[in-house]
Amino acid sequence: MAAEMEPPPLGDAGQTDFREIEDGEGFFVSTVTILESPEPSSPDPPSMPAEGISTNGPKQEDISLDDDPEDLFAEATEEVSLDSPEREPILSDGPSPAITPVTPTAMLTPRMGLGTAEMFERSLDELEEDESGDTFDMHIAVSDPEKVGDGMNAYMGYKVTTKTSMTIFSKNETTVRRRFSDFLGLHSKLASRYLHIGYIVPPAPEKSIVGMTKVKVGKEDLSSAEFVEKRRSALERYLMRTVKHPILLKDPDVMMFLESSELPRAVSTQALSGAGILRMVNKAADAVNKMTIKMNESDAWFEEKHQQFENLDLQLRKLHASVECLVCHRKELSVNTASFAKSAAMLGNSEDHTALSRALSQLAEVEEKIDQLHQDQAYADFYLFSELLGDYVRLITAVKGVFDHRMKTWSKWQDTQLLLQKKREAESKLQFANKPDKLQQAQDEIKEEIEELEGKVQQGEKDFELISKTIRKEVSRFEKERVKDFKVVIIKYLESLVQTQQQLIKYWEAFLPEAKAIA
Amino acid sequence: MLFDRPRAVNVDLQTDATLQVDISDALSERDKVKFTVHTKSTLPNFKQNEFSVVRQHEEFIWLHDSFVENEEYAGYIIPPAPPRPDFDASREKLQKLGEGEGSMTKEEFTKMKQELEAEYLAIFKKTVAMHEVFLCRVAAHPVLRKDMNFHVFLEYNQDLSVRGKNKREKMEDFFKNVVKSADGVLVAGVKDVDDFFEHEKTFLLEYHNRVKDASSKSDRMIRSHKSAADDINRIASTLYTLGTQDSTDVCKFFLKVSELFEKTRKIEARVAADEDLKLADLLKYYLRESQAAKDLLYRRGRALVDYENANKALDKARAKNKDVLQAETSQQVCCQKFEKISESAKQELIDFKTRRVAAFRKNLVELAELELKHAKGNLQLLQSCVGVLKGDT
Repeated sequence: MAAEMEPPPLGDAGQTDFREIEDGEGFFVSTVTILESPEPSSPDPPSMPAEGISTNGPKQEDISLDDDPEDLFAEATEEVSLDSPEREPILSDGPSPAITPVTPTAMLTPRMGLGTAEMFERSLDELEEDESGDTFDMHIAVSDPEKVGDGMNAYMGYKVTTKTSMTIFSKNETTVRRRFSDFLGLHSKLASRYLHIGYIVPPAPEKSIVGMTKVKVGKEDLSSAEFVEKRRSALERYLMRTVKHPILLKDPDVMMFLESSELPRAVSTQALSGAGILRMVNKAADAVNKMTIKMNESDAWFEEKHQQFENLDLQLRKLHASVECLVCHRKELSVNTASFAKSAAMLGNSEDHTALSRALSQLAEVEEKIDQLHQDQAYADFYLFSELLGDYVRLITAVKGVFDHRMKTWSKWQDTQLLLQKKREAESKLQFANKPDKLQQAQDEIKEEIEELEGKVQQGEKDFELISKTIRKEVSRFEKERVKDFKVVIIKYLESLVQTQQQLIKYWEAFLPEAKAIA
Repeated sequence: MLFDRPRAVNVDLQTDATLQVDISDALSERDKVKFTVHTKSTLPNFKQNEFSVVRQHEEFIWLHDSFVENEEYAGYIIPPAPPRPDFDASREKLQKLGEGEGSMTKEEFTKMKQELEAEYLAIFKKTVAMHEVFLCRVAAHPVLRKDMNFHVFLEYNQDLSVRGKNKREKMEDFFKNVVKSADGVLVAGVKDVDDFFEHEKTFLLEYHNRVKDASSKSDRMIRSHKSAADDINRIASTLYTLGTQDSTDVCKFFLKVSELFEKTRKIEARVAADEDLKLADLLKYYLRESQAAKDLLYRRGRALVDYENANKALDKARAKNKDVLQAETSQQVCCQKFEKISESAKQELIDFKTRRVAAFRKNLVELAELELKHAKGNLQLLQSCVGVLKGDT
């Protein structure tokens, strides 16, 4: 069915994993990569201790498709088993189960005694420790948009330059060329890996059929240039946000995106591919499911945060709409001022009193300069203020998605518990069965099932605790970032306003003596 | 309803103690505005030295039309009639606001209501100013100030019973205008021997068109400016809500910026209002005055054509030796009329230029000064806010 998949970065990823493990870094990353093994819900691979890494095989049953309405891009493989009770994840081929390395187990063994949650925390702490040893020093620039090809198959290529002093990167400065679908493909992979365990993955910039078509068709006008610039800027912000996340930064796909010269084409991101349609179907199903899950929230923190984010979402959307209005009106003001300037110049021409005529021409010049000022201010309004708000509206959708995943995890746990209870009841009923020869067999079967379910219930509980913990951390990190972002942007924006006023003062001060000189 | 407002700014008039007119009060009722016209005069023809009457817009129009129709005044630029008070747009907005009351918070509603009420008040002040300017122009004109109708207008404290034109009369007016413009084209086509008038004709035609264009463009520019100020208003409100809801450090930023935008938005609105007053109104006024000047030229042109026709008729009569006396008198009348108009027209047009230059100078200087004042005010607010916020990070 679907379009051809990107060949799994099997060899590389596997190697990278090992390398990283040996370095003592990226411990968690390798763990997560293992998660991807497209094993159906089979019993735990015996090499992994039961209370080992929480991110074991069965984890896949979680829906990898997030609820982020903006983000349509989860992974898709050629095969989708729609008949399994819990939907299979639609993942790219990760390393095959055979790669389940022994080494990580070895690394794990010393920590066997610890509960999963603490272990997880340890691993995260390790990462953060590593981070502080290797402070975040990275700058990514997206530049030089260039049209490649012609007609409807044309696309925009962007140069991505990474400058960093961090040791996890092989070079201090790397430049690669990427196209938009590459970015979407990256996000798609990250989302499928991290969203359902509670990480807030920054959403990728939105597709725009209208905008791209104009570019493809070759319209060299102002609006296509604006569109390309808007997209370039959005892609840059997207990458910066992604790498600022300590976990995502270490993801092999992210590194590959930034460093390798050739990237397999992410075809599954096309809206009309089989994968795309599947996504839409799943999204609809998710929406229905969401409505039916009624969660008993025992943790007030989550309740509170959820409400806070709802409020924030509402207000940010409102603010975004108002700022977009402002951008629009300022652009209009610029156009009208230019038009008035021309008209004033004409009036000055026909005025037969010399001094007045000159003053009117000067007025026309002032207004022309002011129109440019308005245009520049509208640009700042947009790129500083409006785009930030847009980004955060989308980010909050990702946050809400993560909260939803927690709900789903809880729901799954509860469902498994219910199933266990039913089996136990069935077991006790078996006592009264009338076929004594079949009884033993049936009892054995049920005992097996119950054991399995007990394991799953335990797992479900752990998953739930884990995701809750991750979300707490993520939300705190998110809030810190949010505060920083807004503070920086607000100051920059106000400074742009200051500049505009200073220029205005200059222009009018130059005009005043001209006006007074009319005799 | 007393309020103070600056005196009519579009014309630079010599105020004269012998006759001073102003509008001291105005009342806005459902559809009409009632102006209190206040006169101070030392002229003997008035019963008192100081008195007031109440007049409505239609009475101003009646006065203006009586000037236009008076043959004696053919040689003068008749001060343009004030435009009809138009509160429709403002009323519509207030109504829409009332309908949308449910969809916004109480604070937003109160704010918008205040905004619209301020707008209504501004339009009101403008219409008062324009009616006043008309009266002042008449009072300043050496000949028009002596007009009987004008005195009645000022003094007669009963209703003048000037009804607005009914449908038939409006139709008549319409046709008259059509005939006049067609005639005007013919008359304008006649080349004038007099250089002065020929120049004025060309000049006024072009000037009038360009002022019209500039006036409409300036209106559009100012409207965009007002829209932008309104947007900033909404942004300030939302920022305030965000600030009160937010539990993090950034809430202080939101609240401070919200406060800042409230203030800067008021300044932006003032900038738009001042541009309206000093620039847009100036252009509108000179649009009307240049039309009045064109009308004067038309009347002179008409008189010239009549004079030339009378000459031809006289020649014909002399040739046929029939009705010579009649033709002679007719010719003399035409000649006198033409010369009278020409003489006063010349002075009127020169005065027009002087007034125009003075008005533009005054308004452009005031415009620049106000723009500077507001920009400096804005700058100070912005800089102080940035300072506070930077200190906090």
